[in-house]
Amino acid sequence: MTYDETKKVVLDIIADIAPDEDLSNLKSDLRLRDQVQLDSMDFLDIVMELRKRHGIEVPEAEYGRLASLDSCAEYLTPKFIALEAKR
Amino acid sequence: MNSSSHYDVVILGAGLSGLAAGVRLAHYGKKVCIFERHNAPGGLNSFYSIKGRKFDVGLHAVTNFVPQGVRGTALTRVLRQLRIDRSELDLCEQRRSRITFGREAAVTLNFSNQYALFESEVASHFPKASDGLKQLVERIKATDYSPDAPVLSARAVIKEYIHDLLLEDMLLCVPLFYGSAQEGDMSYSQFAMLFQASILEGLARPFEGIRPLIKVLLEKYRLGGGERRMKCGVSKLETKANKVTALVLDSGEIITADSVLSSIGALETHALFTQPSEDQAPEIKHEVKEGRVSFAETISIYEEQPTALGFSDETALFFNDSTRLDYSVPKDQVDTRCGVVCIPNHFNFGPDRKMPEGIVKITCLANYAQWAHLSEEKYRQDKALWYDKMQHSVLSYFPNLKPELLKSSLVQSDMFTPKTIKRYTGHLNGAIYGSPTKNIAGKTKFSNLYLCGTDQGFLGIIGAMLSGITMANTHILTKGVEA
Repeated sequence: MTYDETKKVVLDIIADIAPDEDLSNLKSDLRLRDQVQLDSMDFLDIVMELRKRHGIEVPEAEYGRLASLDSCAEYLTPKFIALEAKR
Repeated sequence: MNSSSHYDVVILGAGLSGLAAGVRLAHYGKKVCIFERHNAPGGLNSFYSIKGRKFDVGLHAVTNFVPQGVRGTALTRVLRQLRIDRSELDLCEQRRSRITFGREAAVTLNFSNQYALFESEVASHFPKASDGLKQLVERIKATDYSPDAPVLSARAVIKEYIHDLLLEDMLLCVPLFYGSAQEGDMSYSQFAMLFQASILEGLARPFEGIRPLIKVLLEKYRLGGGERRMKCGVSKLETKANKVTALVLDSGEIITADSVLSSIGALETHALFTQPSEDQAPEIKHEVKEGRVSFAETISIYEEQPTALGFSDETALFFNDSTRLDYSVPKDQVDTRCGVVCIPNHFNFGPDRKMPEGIVKITCLANYAQWAHLSEEKYRQDKALWYDKMQHSVLSYFPNLKPELLKSSLVQSDMFTPKTIKRYTGHLNGAIYGSPTKNIAGKTKFSNLYLCGTDQGFLGIIGAMLSGITMANTHILTKGVEA
C-alpha cells in the first residue's frame, strides 16, 4: 500500500459520502474541511467506512489525523500495511 | 437462544424515521429488523389505493427544499447520510403559496422557495416589522437544536422581535399546521425548525408523491441487509432492571435485541411495558403529555385541472377566517375556520409532465373524541357532512371557483379523520404530531431503548428521516464517541 493508494481509498469514501462535492482539485496538504463541505457527521462516516470496507479502526482520539489527504496517507498507510501483513 | 430471533437492533415502526434509522444501521453491518403493524410502510406518510387510484396520506409537500449545490442544510445531510442521490427523489419545487387571514379585508402574505418574496410581502403589509423580522430570521438561522437547549415558547421569542399580533399569528401559522403537537403555541426550537424548513428553505414534491421516496429507502435498507416484518407489530416490551430484555410480537413470538429504537411515540412505547409499574418508568407517565391535536383531511379528485375549476395556480393556502389564529382542538368534530389547502398539481413538474387529474386536499383541525366512538353508519354520514363543510369553507379564498363545476368534475373523494390517524399510526387520540412533550435526546429510563420519530421531535418528512439518522448515529453507531 502506497501513500497514493491510501489517498485514493479516502477519496473514494468521500466521493460516496459527499457525491455533491467536486473532488477533482483537492490539494492534499490542505485541510479537507477547508476545501469541501464536510461536517462532523461526514467525518464520522469516513471513520465508519474505513472500518466497514477495510477493517481499519481509527480511535476517537486520533480523528485529527484525518484532517488532510496527506495526513490521512501518513496515518492510515502503516495501518493498511500492518493489516496486509496479517493476512 | 435461536440466533434468528436475536438482533443487534430492533426498530418499531416502518415510518420515515424508522426506515432512515434502518438504512444507517444496516449499512454499517448491524443485524437489524423493522417491525411494522401495517401492511404499508411510511407511517404518517404512507399511501393507499382506492379503485385503482393512488392516494398519498399526509404529504402536502416535502419541506426543506434547497437548490442543488446548497450545502450544510437538513436535506443535504439526509441525502448524504442515506447515500441517496438527489435525482432519485425527483423533487419538484412549489410555484407559490400564501397565508391569508380574514375574509373581508383579508391580509395575504405570499411565499415561495425564494425567501425574498416573503420578506417583501411582510415589508409591504407590516412596514414597521421589517427589521424585527430580519432579526428574528437571524435568530432562527442560529438556533441551537441540541438536547440541552432550553425549551422556550415560540410566541415569547417572536414577541421579542414582532409587535403585531396579526403578523405573529401569520408567522406561526405554517409551522403550527406543519408540525405542532401543542395547542396555541409551540416550542421555539420546533418553530424555528419548521419556519426554516418551509419559509426560509422551501416546498417541493416528487411527481409521483411519497411512493418513490419510500421505495428508495426500502431499497437501500434491503441492499444493506436489513430485515423487515410487515403486519407484525410489537405488542409487549419485557424489561428487567433498566433494560429491555425481550420483545413480544403480535403473533406471540419472542424476539431479543441489544438495542431497541421506537418510533411509535413515547406514551405508546410506555404502554408496551409488561410491568408499567411506578418504579419502572415513573417519569414517562408524569412528564409526557398526551397529544390531542388532530386533523381531518379531504382529498378530491377532479376530471379537470384545478385552475379550470377556478382554483388559483398556487401550491398551498394557509387560511384563517379572522385576524387571530385559534390552533386548538375544536369542541366540534372539525374546525373549518382555519386550515390548509394543498394542490399537488401546482408544483413545477416541468413542461413534459402534468398530473392527469386535478387533486385538492383540505386539512382542518379536528377532535378525536367526537369521531372515535361513532357507529359505522353515523361515522360515514358525518364524514360526508364535514366533507361538504370543509369544501364550502375555502370557497371565499378562491373567488373564481365555480361550485357547480366542482360537483360535476369530481370523480372521486376520500377523507381521513382523527380516527383514521389513530388506526394507521397508533398515535393516542389520533394526535397527528404525537405528544407535545418532545424528547430531543431520544433517551429513556431504559439503557437500551431509544425514541425516534414524531416524539423525538424532528419534524416533517426530511425531519423524520433526520431523527432516525441522528438517533441511530448517536445511540447505536457511535455510542460514546464524540465527533
